[in-house]
Amino acid sequence: MFRNTYDSDNTVFSPQGRLHQVEYALEAVKQGSAAVGLRSKTHAILLALKRSTGELASYQQKMFRIDDHVGIAIAGLTSDARVLSNFMRQQAMGERMMFNRPMPVNRLVSSIADKAQVNTQEYGRRPYGVGFLVIGQDQSGPHLFEFSPSGNSYEYYAMSIGARSQSAKTYLEKHYESFADCNLEDLIRHGLHALRETLQQDKELNVNNTSVGIIGPVGQHEKPISPLGSFRILEGDNVEVYLQSMEKKEEAPAPASVPDAAPAPTADEDVQMSG
Amino acid sequence: MDHFPTNWGRPRNDAFDAYATYPIHQRPYNGPKDSFADGVQRTQQPIVTGTSVLAIKYKDGVMMAADNLASYGSLARFKDVQRLHQVGNYTVIGAGGDMSDFQYIQYILEELSIDEISAQDGHELGPVEIHEYMSQLMYARRSKMNPLWNSLLIGGFKDGKRFLSYVDLLGTTYSASTLATGYGAFIAQPLLRKAVEGREDVITEEEARKILEDSLRVLFYRDARSLNKFQIAAISSAGVSISDSMQLDTAWSFAENIRGYGAQTQ
Repeated sequence: MFRNTYDSDNTVFSPQGRLHQVEYALEAVKQGSAAVGLRSKTHAILLALKRSTGELASYQQKMFRIDDHVGIAIAGLTSDARVLSNFMRQQAMGERMMFNRPMPVNRLVSSIADKAQVNTQEYGRRPYGVGFLVIGQDQSGPHLFEFSPSGNSYEYYAMSIGARSQSAKTYLEKHYESFADCNLEDLIRHGLHALRETLQQDKELNVNNTSVGIIGPVGQHEKPISPLGSFRILEGDNVEVYLQSMEKKEEAPAPASVPDAAPAPTADEDVQMSG
Repeated sequence: MDHFPTNWGRPRNDAFDAYATYPIHQRPYNGPKDSFADGVQRTQQPIVTGTSVLAIKYKDGVMMAADNLASYGSLARFKDVQRLHQVGNYTVIGAGGDMSDFQYIQYILEELSIDEISAQDGHELGPVEIHEYMSQLMYARRSKMNPLWNSLLIGGFKDGKRFLSYVDLLGTTYSASTLATGYGAFIAQPLLRKAVEGREDVITEEEARKILEDSLRVLFYRDARSLNKFQIAAISSAGVSISDSMQLDTAWSFAENIRGYGAQTQ
């Protein structure tokens, strides 16, 4: 097939005008477990599904704090994510040192987008294999951005990336108009519902596999934080109260699925801790 | 001592320099040096200089004043120099000290403003950011033993807040509702403090102008490197406005009766 002869060099276009290496890098993002982001007038939040390699293993960290006013959720190669998030932290620190202000979020995202673009145009380099959802707040309010290995970055009202993220997007598209005026608890509830859409059959969100990142004023169920409004990650038992607030999922028959006594084992899925 | 590993033991080419003997190792020289031998590489003394800059906070914002003189030692060389410079829409920077270093600072700030303007994303550099940037720059230069030989006042008004701060060639910074550099720090500062302190939210623009003019007049009498031609910059919610040059009226008639001064023939 044509595709295969034009896809080994990053710097070779295909006859259809595509860069296949970059598209394969986007595939790596789609292999990562889902992350959802959404924002209101006052808050921006991230929700991520954590994966574990087996019952004995811990759950992979999906969220990182970049600065008091910026946090990210990752999907894809974790090692690439560490390198890029370290770079973001350096940029944000540098801005505080030079100008005594939190780095404008759009500029921070542009800086990694420009960095990733270099890897799509220089011979011998491979694109980064990780996508980010970035939330932050600055003088112009809360923001949500998506960063992808192609070097594109866009701002969104709501977005999801990773495995089966299209289902989450469908939920978000249905409800996004109501997000602007939501309070924090309702926003998290919407986000959890969206994240739930990405789960496979028989899996559910629990305190082990769900993490929530928040930017904005303190919510009802949180203890006061300092500095006010700064990025924080809720994990483990802290998430329980929000999980409880979700509406029960209707027992809708999934098309072409046969609920069975023995569910097929899937090698790459979140493992349920028994009990 | 050579701190840079890239200068150590470079790979040798056995064909023509088997023992890595070139370039020849030099020991550092720490004896007496002629400062001007290589052409001046580091600022060691200011040449063309400006004198005091004064600034106060008033009801609507911040006001800054400086005369129009750049001296060449004791010669009053350039008498139409603008020592107050606007940066962006919210800030004025006033400089005393070496004027060529100030021109370089203006160039640096221009580059910064251009980058910020072309970002076009709703973020703008205000006095807080400019001051932080200048502090880092001035301190970094002093740490390299190559200072920008200036004392700067940075004043501005943004997001409803007044800002006034000082930074100098050593990287020292401080902030107050009245500031002055050079001779002004000795002669004008007590006058400014008396007139302003505690009344920052009461002083009108007219009164602020008068306070600065009076202090400039005293400086003209007492500072031998000053001039009676000056400008005043006002920064408020209405933006930045730097006035045209004005003349200070002075009274020298007291000299009539003093032997050796005035028109008397003795």
